[in-house]
Amino acid sequence: MSKKTPMREQSPDVRKRNFNEVALGYTLEEAVAEAQRCLQCPTHPCVSGCPVGIDIPGFIRELREGRLEESYRILKSYNNLPAVCGRVCPQEVQCEFRCVVGKMKDSEPVAIGRLERFVADWAAENLEEKVEESAGQRKEKVAIVGSGPAGLTAAADLAKIGYNVDVFEALHKPGGVLVYGIPEFRLPKRIVEREVNYIEKLGVRIFLNTVVGKTIKVKDLLEEYDAIFIGTGAGTPKFMGIPGTNLNGVYSANEFLTRVNLMKAYLFPDYDTPVRVGKRVAVIGAGNTAMDAARSALRLGAEKVYIVYRRTENEMPARREEYHHALEEGIEFLWLTLPVRYLGDANGNVEAMECVRMELKGVDRSGRPKPVPVEGSNFVLEIDMVIEAIGQGPNRVLLSEFPGLELNERGYIKTDRDTGATSVRGVFAGGDIVTGAATVIEAMGAGKRAAQFIHSYLSGEWDPWQK
Amino acid sequence: MNEIVVKKRLAFDVFDFWVHSPSISKEAKPGQFVIIRLHEKGERIPLTVADTKPEEGLFRMVVKVVGKTTHELSLRKEGDTILDVVGPLGNPSEIRNYGRVLLVGGGVGIATLYPIAKALKNSGNEVVAVLGARTKDYLIMVDEFKEISEVFLVTDDGSAGMKGVVTDAMDRLFREGSFDVCWAIGPTIMMKFCTLKAMEYGVPIWVSLNPIMVDGTGMCGACRVTVSGQMKFACVDGPEFRGEEVDWDELLKRLAQYREQERISYERFLKTAGETK
Ligand SMILES: Cc1cc2nc3c(=O)[nH]c(=O)nc-3n(C[C@H](O)[C@H](O)[C@H](O)COP(=O)(O)OP(=O)(O)OC[C@H]3O[C@@H](n4cnc5c(N)ncnc54)[C@H](O)[C@@H]3O)c2cc1C
Ligand SMILES: Cc1cc2nc3c(=O)[nH]c(=O)nc-3n(C[C@H](O)[C@H](O)[C@H](O)COP(=O)(O)OP(=O)(O)OC[C@H]3O[C@@H](n4cnc5c(N)ncnc54)[C@H](O)[C@@H]3O)c2cc1C
Ligand code: SF4
Ligand code: SF4
Ligand code: FES
Repeated sequence: MSKKTPMREQSPDVRKRNFNEVALGYTLEEAVAEAQRCLQCPTHPCVSGCPVGIDIPGFIRELREGRLEESYRILKSYNNLPAVCGRVCPQEVQCEFRCVVGKMKDSEPVAIGRLERFVADWAAENLEEKVEESAGQRKEKVAIVGSGPAGLTAAADLAKIGYNVDVFEALHKPGGVLVYGIPEFRLPKRIVEREVNYIEKLGVRIFLNTVVGKTIKVKDLLEEYDAIFIGTGAGTPKFMGIPGTNLNGVYSANEFLTRVNLMKAYLFPDYDTPVRVGKRVAVIGAGNTAMDAARSALRLGAEKVYIVYRRTENEMPARREEYHHALEEGIEFLWLTLPVRYLGDANGNVEAMECVRMELKGVDRSGRPKPVPVEGSNFVLEIDMVIEAIGQGPNRVLLSEFPGLELNERGYIKTDRDTGATSVRGVFAGGDIVTGAATVIEAMGAGKRAAQFIHSYLSGEWDPWQK
Repeated sequence: MNEIVVKKRLAFDVFDFWVHSPSISKEAKPGQFVIIRLHEKGERIPLTVADTKPEEGLFRMVVKVVGKTTHELSLRKEGDTILDVVGPLGNPSEIRNYGRVLLVGGGVGIATLYPIAKALKNSGNEVVAVLGARTKDYLIMVDEFKEISEVFLVTDDGSAGMKGVVTDAMDRLFREGSFDVCWAIGPTIMMKFCTLKAMEYGVPIWVSLNPIMVDGTGMCGACRVTVSGQMKFACVDGPEFRGEEVDWDELLKRLAQYREQERISYERFLKTAGETK
């Protein structure tokens, strides 16, 4: 058996018009069959590819033997959000990339992510989650700013140790990018809700609609809590800044995805928030965010969706799996293409986009092939909606209200890599607000590490701020 | 939390709410706003904090009915709660002692102007207010303004005060006396013309922009406006900017971008809902 057990999916023709989950998951038989592909390597290189070091052969072994509950316990002891990671982790560059089976000729690695998802989903349906409210056994209080994967993970781990944990979230729903960014068809929101419920059962209190720096002053937080973890993410959208950016119909991916996911604009007018339904849509950029935006635009009813990228398929940062899904759904990729301006009608609506063709010459500072414009290759593409998905910067609200917090040259929070300690005593940070836009599992890893060191700090065992 | 403690009708389509929220009433400064969402299916809409009573944990919002969400809010009664209220958002107004200040408020913008007027007065400024509306019946908060400033009323039909538009009153006041700075808050088109008028007399002017917003924390860019040729996010960089620097025509176009959907949503709602009350 050299290939992964395939996972059932909605067919492209059907799914491109609905927001239901694309991948349907394994049956028990399929999961066990896939689990049997694992060689249970003594050296298990897969584990070192996982940012939270899950005991991969362990959970697969239990699954193979039919001990699903035990399998789930193993997963959950490393990863608070297995149902999420099993779906959205870039496994092909992490755990599965290192898998021995994948290194054999004509062979694919063990589908670790799909198995993780299977076990987590099985547990959600079959296990009465027995959580003991552990928070409150210790007297110290910890504040968590931001309820993305970094904040939720830090909160859960600290609550398990017995701390009083309060999470503050600016939006009206917890989950960060998991609820406002990643679409329903890749990560159903009920899964995030389930994980959040679990964390609340541990005794963590979540305060929504609370912008730290505005609703609560940083000074008050520092006074009231013994330690603080900041996981505010990299949510500030970047714009290309070309002429016509403020025409109607030009969106940041964040705005578009927030309207669609968090505000459920795809159910308008049943839900109140509107979003433009473009006929011919151009999405700029080729990361995960771009794929999500393009596929969402298609599901809203677009006739034609382009992904416009200045490099080529080889440099594209998106996960392969999502790229293939996008291709199957009929999204057209314009490689080596850069928009230079948007053109609008008299009412300020975008109606076309002027682009220039690019070629790759040499390498840029990041070591990637450098795209340069081909002189005289400009052309105009008719479109009625544009979504820019070209990257994000640090969330600013908190940073501008936090005196003494040192930032790096890119505007992210400076921390000690191993511990998450910032320049301010008792304050830790992790996730996208430290690394820049990265992944769910890396944010969780950072939350986990910080929780450990917050514990050492509060136990009086360790104090990096001591002079 | 978020209970409507007091509700009054100030004009035909303008409602006055005092809402319970200790944190907002404690932290809000003049010029800041909240974002509310009425129910699970609701839209997030920004509304200015028009006043606060920190001792009682209350803040005030004055709302003009213009579409589905504001209409739905107008039907809420005392004792009802609002599902989500987040704030205070945005930057406070630049309050200091300027000397003599002209405040121009139009329509529901008068409410936004009110806490700013109070704060300016308390900082030792001499304040003069021009309050404008379509007719007498649409003028709000006149008595409250009279307690803190000299007041000039302007209506389109002359049913109260001077007949004309607020810029006519500005003309008169600028000719009669000198002002160190002015504020104009109201419909975008009004703020644009107030800006042109202030520039004519060389008086610096602050305006409070009201672009369409979603999160209000700088995360989406829906509220982007062009100020001095640069992209600004009104929710975190504003909402107040110097009027002279704003690209007004762009803002006016952006405000109209969901007109069609707003109409669909409102008409659908009006079929089931009653009149405002
Ligand atoms: C569209 C999209 C698709 C993605 N797809 C994938 C994928 O498939 N796989 C993957 O691994 N990664 C993916 N990512 C990246 C991943 O989602 C992020 O790396 C991860 O969510 C970062 O987690 P975080 O906890 O650091 O921050 P976030 O998830 O950004 O959460 C931060 C939270 O903090 C809140 N906040 C900010 N400021 C304040 C404040 N002052 N007070 C209170 N709360 C505040 C925000 O509202 C937000 O809820 C994707 C990202 C996007 C945008
Ligand atoms: C910072 C700020 C402060 C404001 N303060 C007040 C106030 O104190 N009192 C008051 O009555 N109004 C205020 N507004 C305007 C108020 O937010 C809109 O009237 C309201 O959103 C309309 O919603 P609707 O569903 O009733 O109408 P809709 O039919 O949805 O819209 C009517 C018009 O309102 C504007 N609008 C629609 N959605 C939004 C949105 N999400 N954000 C901003 N504008 C929108 C558009 O121009 C639209 O054409 C403020 C706006 C901003 C940005
Ligand atoms: S959490 Fe992600 S990287 Fe770790 S084992 Fe699961 S899928 Fe692989
Ligand atoms: S490397 Fe692959 S085969 Fe080996 S233990 Fe890990 S998952 Fe199993
Ligand atoms: S409202 Fe989203 S950035 Fe201002």
